[in-house]
Amino acid sequence: MKTFATAGAPHLPAPVAVRRVMHDVLLALLPGIAVQLWAFGAGLAIQLALAVASALAIEALALRLRGREAARALGDGSALVTAVLFALCIAPLAPWWIAPVAMLVAIGLVKQIYGGLGYNLFNPAMAGYAVVLLAFPRLVAQWPGAAVDLATAARTIFGATPTAQWDSIASATPLDALRQLAAQGQRLPEIGAAALFRHSRPEVWTWAAGAWLLGGGYLLWRRVIGWQAPVGVIAAVCLLTLPFWLLDAERHPSPLQHLASGGLMFAAWFVVTDPVSGCTSPRGRLLFGAGVAVLTLAIRRWGHIPDGIAFAVLLMNAAAPLLDRMTRPRIYGHGRHG
Amino acid sequence: MSLYRIHGGLVLAVPPRASASGAVRPCPLPPRLYLPLVDERGALLHCRTAVGKHVRRGEPLALGADEAATALPAPAAGRIVAIEPRTLARADGAEAPHLVLEPQAGDEAAPLPPLRDWRDADPALLRRRLAEAGLIGLGGAGFPTARKLARGAATLIVNGAECEPYITCDEALLRERAAEVVAGAEILARTAGADTIVLALEDRMYAAADAVRAALADDSAIRLELVPTVYPQGGERQLIELLCGREVPSGGWPADIGIVVHNVATAAAAWRAVVQGEALTTRLVSLGGRGVREPGVFEVRLGTPVEALVAAGGGYTPDAARLIVGGPLMGSALPHDGVALTRTSNAVLVLGSEDLRTPAPELPCIRCGDCADACPARLQPQELLRRLRGGDDAGAAALGLADCIECGCCAVACPSQIPLVQHYRDAKSRLATAAAQRARADLARTRFLARNQRLAREQAEKVARVAARREALAQEQSTASAAAAAGEAAPAAASRMDKSAVLAAIARGKAKRTQNAAPPPREDEA
Repeated sequence: MKTFATAGAPHLPAPVAVRRVMHDVLLALLPGIAVQLWAFGAGLAIQLALAVASALAIEALALRLRGREAARALGDGSALVTAVLFALCIAPLAPWWIAPVAMLVAIGLVKQIYGGLGYNLFNPAMAGYAVVLLAFPRLVAQWPGAAVDLATAARTIFGATPTAQWDSIASATPLDALRQLAAQGQRLPEIGAAALFRHSRPEVWTWAAGAWLLGGGYLLWRRVIGWQAPVGVIAAVCLLTLPFWLLDAERHPSPLQHLASGGLMFAAWFVVTDPVSGCTSPRGRLLFGAGVAVLTLAIRRWGHIPDGIAFAVLLMNAAAPLLDRMTRPRIYGHGRHG
Repeated sequence: MSLYRIHGGLVLAVPPRASASGAVRPCPLPPRLYLPLVDERGALLHCRTAVGKHVRRGEPLALGADEAATALPAPAAGRIVAIEPRTLARADGAEAPHLVLEPQAGDEAAPLPPLRDWRDADPALLRRRLAEAGLIGLGGAGFPTARKLARGAATLIVNGAECEPYITCDEALLRERAAEVVAGAEILARTAGADTIVLALEDRMYAAADAVRAALADDSAIRLELVPTVYPQGGERQLIELLCGREVPSGGWPADIGIVVHNVATAAAAWRAVVQGEALTTRLVSLGGRGVREPGVFEVRLGTPVEALVAAGGGYTPDAARLIVGGPLMGSALPHDGVALTRTSNAVLVLGSEDLRTPAPELPCIRCGDCADACPARLQPQELLRRLRGGDDAGAAALGLADCIECGCCAVACPSQIPLVQHYRDAKSRLATAAAQRARADLARTRFLARNQRLAREQAEKVARVAARREALAQEQSTASAAAAAGEAAPAAASRMDKSAVLAAIARGKAKRTQNAAPPPREDEA
């Protein structure tokens, strides 16, 4: 009689691991990273390095303090993804200490204190970004008007460039320009021709939006993300802005303009799709995406900050458990028979 | 007819050395057969034989505890040499008493009278025959066939859509004995009173589908349907949803919506039982996996130990790492190969280490929802897991834990390698144990209260009796005293009255004592 070790079913080899999922996300971010590097210069590379290094260090420290084995948790790639997403949100010439401060909030406070990966209520990258955006609005929202070379970027980031020069490098984003000019009572055709708006290089942001769309498509194809959350964002933006644009195209930007500016496309594919802090039921995801879009548009229209995606996401994070509860699918054999 | 959709499921890769092609081979009769004296749900069978007895093939050795009293037929002629505890082919490694049968030369059969005119036979007679022949669901669940048919159904689905990879015995049966399956399906339909018969096959079973088409008469009432090879499409509830677009009510049976599902092997066995008068003594078993030298489908005498089947398949290869009865998704890993094959053993798998999950630590749930996408019951496995990890069994039950069919899709889909289905199986058995305990406690409480009531009633009756007697005495006395008014009987009557008063006082005292002695009912009485 031959004996065997037993185990519970199923008896099949393991499927995709969390680590593979995170690596796919990083791969999908590459086109967008390339566009930003090309458009805004090497500052992004420095921000990426700062954010990744501080995120990993803080994660390792937090795990140590919690008495967990650090190597395994670091290997899952989640801190890496948080750091990269954050670095892509802030202006590439922000001071060097911004990223560590944001990562302390994102990884230390929002993620690890709540129990680490899988237990955080809020999206860590967005929470970190929101905190530095509120605390240091000027430092994280000033985007360079042209590609900056590595040496200049390093001097600026590490504080060797005087503030006067700093101001000459930075320029408004298209959303900023739009707000300023619209506040002066200008109409869209005039704004489009205005120097302030043209210097904000709207075409760069459009290309970036296209790059995010490309990466998102890759994630969809790899089945890393579901279609519901991104479609929720895009559909809500279109449905909400289309009537206004059709009524008065001189005062209201088109749905495409909305999608192509700011971080909407980035958020639709890489932020709203965060499984941990989002919804899990299919209809919940659709509503989650739509909610983020509605709140973002509301903040763009009435808020005091140019792009409120981080706040929209955090508000929807808080609503996600309720949405999940309200959108549970009908279980087989319940309700509908025969 | 177009098919409906089911939710979730997984497209599983066809495994290496799956044992699909090739003719059915006989597995040699082993020196000893072992027959568990428990049914699929763990209930003891009523043993109808004894150690030392000689039995003929097909003779009932035991009867099931179900209403149909489904027989356990002797798989071979021989002598019962022992009744001993042995390991069952179950995941929990439980033991149960087994009959040990030593087959003898000649293999003399005890045939049942063939019912060739079954088309006109009474369904009750056919059901009795199926129970006598020992028919239970051969697809794996092992529900007594006669009992399943007793409620009747308008639609009969004959299930040839094998659920799991590696299991190919149904395909082999259809390829080689399609006519038996078709005839058996008609018998089952007659027994159930069904006028619609659907025979469902997987769309990759080309040879089997051809064989079935050849076996079907032009005017056959049986409709052949090819269903996509998506696990667990062959599960009873999923197949009903797919073919009929209807759902079995939660906690109910297919018969509740007028449908009955039987496995193709059950249909073939029904034909043998009714038309040939043969009891169920063999079944087809797939032997597969890279741990065995010559995989294939074998016709196995029931009660054959796994080691004898593996020997018939050329023995183990060096990388034999896990022994499983059933498929890779829902099968039970066995601790050793001395376990006997039963009527529900459709496959024996010997998997190599690379077919198995490397024992990696489970990672946190990231709520990706892959499990929910895969769940054919449309549950939210990640929410169930969160409740169960928090010790909230009742919360998980409220989210539909009982509707989990334990198919294992969630565990296969989980990128964090969380064995979700194991958590659900454990929780279900915890809840079942708690429910059984509660039922026992309720019964004890009812009994206790009934006893107290009985005692109180008896006491009241006693008091009433004494009171009545006293009344009678008092009356007698008043008559006597009336008489004594004339004579001098008064002292005698007075002394008798004193006696009755004393008796009543004693009775009252007793009543008080008994009431005090009976303890008050306790809430935690178990």
